[in-house]
Amino acid sequence: MSTTVDEMSRRTGAMSSAELAGERESRATVGDVTVANPRMVCRGVDVWYGAKQAIKGVSLDIGKNEVVSMIGPSGCGKSTFLRCLNRMNDTIDGCRVTGSIQLDGRDIYDKGLDPVPLRAQVGMVFQKPNPFPKSIYENVAYGPRIHGLTNNKAELDELVSASLQKAGLWNEVKDRLDQPGTGLSGGQQQRLCIARTIAVSPEVILMDEPCSALDPIATAIIEELIDELRANYSIAIVTHSMQQAARVSQRTAYFHLGDLIEVGETNQIFTNPKHRLTEDYITGRFG
Amino acid sequence: MNNARAAGAPPQRTIDIVNASLKRRYAKERRFRLLGASAVVLGLLFVALLFADIVGKGYTAFQQTYIQMPITFDASVIDPEGTRSPETLQRANYAALIRQGQREIFPDVKDRRATRTLASMISVGSASHLRDMVIADPDLIGTTREVWLLADDDIDMLVKGHIDRSAPESDRRVKDQTVGWVERLESEGRIEKRFNTIFFTHGTSREPELAGIAGALMGSFYTLALTLLFSFPIGVGAALYLEEFAPKNRWTDLIEVNINNLAAVPSIVFGLLGLAVFIGIFGVPRSTPLVAALVLSLMTLPTIIIASRAALKSVPPSIREAALGVGASPLQTQLHHVLPLAMPGMLTGTIIGMAQALGETAPLLMIGMIAFIVDIPSGFTSPSTVLPVQIFLWADSPERAFVERTSAAIMVLLAFLILMNLTAVLLRRRFERRW
Ligand SMILES: Nc1ncnc2c1ncn2[C@@H]1O[C@H](COP(=O)(O)OP(=O)(O)O)[C@@H](O)[C@H]1O
Ligand SMILES: [Mg+2]
Repeated sequence: MSTTVDEMSRRTGAMSSAELAGERESRATVGDVTVANPRMVCRGVDVWYGAKQAIKGVSLDIGKNEVVSMIGPSGCGKSTFLRCLNRMNDTIDGCRVTGSIQLDGRDIYDKGLDPVPLRAQVGMVFQKPNPFPKSIYENVAYGPRIHGLTNNKAELDELVSASLQKAGLWNEVKDRLDQPGTGLSGGQQQRLCIARTIAVSPEVILMDEPCSALDPIATAIIEELIDELRANYSIAIVTHSMQQAARVSQRTAYFHLGDLIEVGETNQIFTNPKHRLTEDYITGRFG
Repeated sequence: MNNARAAGAPPQRTIDIVNASLKRRYAKERRFRLLGASAVVLGLLFVALLFADIVGKGYTAFQQTYIQMPITFDASVIDPEGTRSPETLQRANYAALIRQGQREIFPDVKDRRATRTLASMISVGSASHLRDMVIADPDLIGTTREVWLLADDDIDMLVKGHIDRSAPESDRRVKDQTVGWVERLESEGRIEKRFNTIFFTHGTSREPELAGIAGALMGSFYTLALTLLFSFPIGVGAALYLEEFAPKNRWTDLIEVNINNLAAVPSIVFGLLGLAVFIGIFGVPRSTPLVAALVLSLMTLPTIIIASRAALKSVPPSIREAALGVGASPLQTQLHHVLPLAMPGMLTGTIIGMAQALGETAPLLMIGMIAFIVDIPSGFTSPSTVLPVQIFLWADSPERAFVERTSAAIMVLLAFLILMNLTAVLLRRRFERRW
């Protein structure tokens, strides 16, 4: 009798402590983080800004020819995680990354690995369009030029026009390649930045809220573009718009306070989330 | 607002409250604008006063009095043996020719003292002027020419009206007798004021009429050129390293504090340092543009570094991210993207630093730039002085003629300063870009 009471009290105690923890539910990611043919493989990635941990043991694969979207309330570490994938966090003082991130089987945080060529393989498109204050042509030609991708002017011209075509900007700018890239509209600038990124033929393209500064029409054009780019690149996109994630991505990852809560097929995440936090977020109860 | 409603005060619309306070707000704004405008007016007034004073005192220095004399290039005086050898022409007694000319104009002046006074009306430099004429054209020998000769500074002052002819004779540097001669020469049209080329082509001199700023200008030019050469690359390099590459830790904080301190150190301290280190330890020759440039570089470096760092800070980080994002190395990012955008700010800072260096006097006194140097410097290691030191030296001279030359030299210095600051503004305009 007494033992049962003991057991019961212990059980209720355990239950109530779980209740008290509230938000601190299981940190283990729900869903399958792996894919059949991965391009990038992240395992147990922790990121600290000084003493503050921004990313807690995140594991996630990015497959070939797929778009992975990362959603979550602001400040949950989506950008931080994305910036680990091309070592952009190296430029931030006090930022420390542990765990393993591999690109095509090679650890990109390996001591011997140079982040400069890595960033040519893993390109990045930023939240605010940031073309160089140079001509449209120079914006696109800059990457190929510093990496020596072309042998002569004709090849470079060819590459610039091909990149602009892939970015769906060619028809709008072909007559004014020598004009400043900063003179374009916001949406055009963002597509110019995409052209600049694909001009160096990366394998993976990281996009950090690429449409958050754009109007709906420009956003639609970019979303269409992302869908086309999937044929040749792996894309990881951070977005605060769930509709956008639903429209462009095949898989979705939900982040919450530095934890990767749930990963799954985009359809499944939006129609049938398994984790309570994910459900709260996508139903608008939170975030 | 909410409280007022909650407290049950009579309902008042926001717009009424705003309107009620509007008048007070505008009055405040007007007062502030008036205050600002009067500060600007006051500032401009003092600048105008300064300029009026300097220009008023100095503009006459751009003219110089000349006296016309009939000069007989007497072969028996210049070249009695008829050899025409350069040596003879060089050594001949040309002053005698001038005295001869004066005797022709004033045949009645016989007494020795009067003759000497008469001779002193012409600048002591005139003899060498005649010599140069003869050496350039030996065929002059044997002919008689009317030659315009440089007047002595006292005569120059008299003609320009800086000496009051009605003052009692004992209070005047130029006595009645001389005034009479000058008036006679004036009435004969033998006195003329011409543009003062000597002021721009000669080095300094004990004789005001022979003193010019060319030496000091060249000295300033060599000094500034070297200062720019030393301080710009070092300053920009230091700023680039500190701002973009150095880790942010206690050491770099310490360096930053020290750089800001150095910018505020009295400039004479840099002079003492230069004297002890550059001259004392490294044996750099004193009084030279080289040592002056080293000292001034130390002095302007903090200015350039601080301005360059501010310029680098103002380049948006998104440009750096963009460059790094396509795989540019940190150095490429800086050289291709950040530096060009920061350049106008850096150049502005540098030009301001250079203007500072151009006007600096105190540290240069410590390293021997105050020496009396007549020759126009020919290089970075020839003894020289600089414009502000020249002004300092002339301001110390008692002669009235140096007063106007001091002001004229200040005008030239100010002109250069205005030119440099204008360049800074234009550069900023020219390179200002949107991003
Ligand atoms: N450079 C930084 N230094 C310190 N903390 C940072 C820095 N960047 C982001 N953080 C912190 O890391 C957390 C995650 O930020 P971030 O990745 O930008 O979130 P998200 O992109 O999901 O909105 C936030 O709490 C943020 O305050
Ligand atoms: Mg973000």
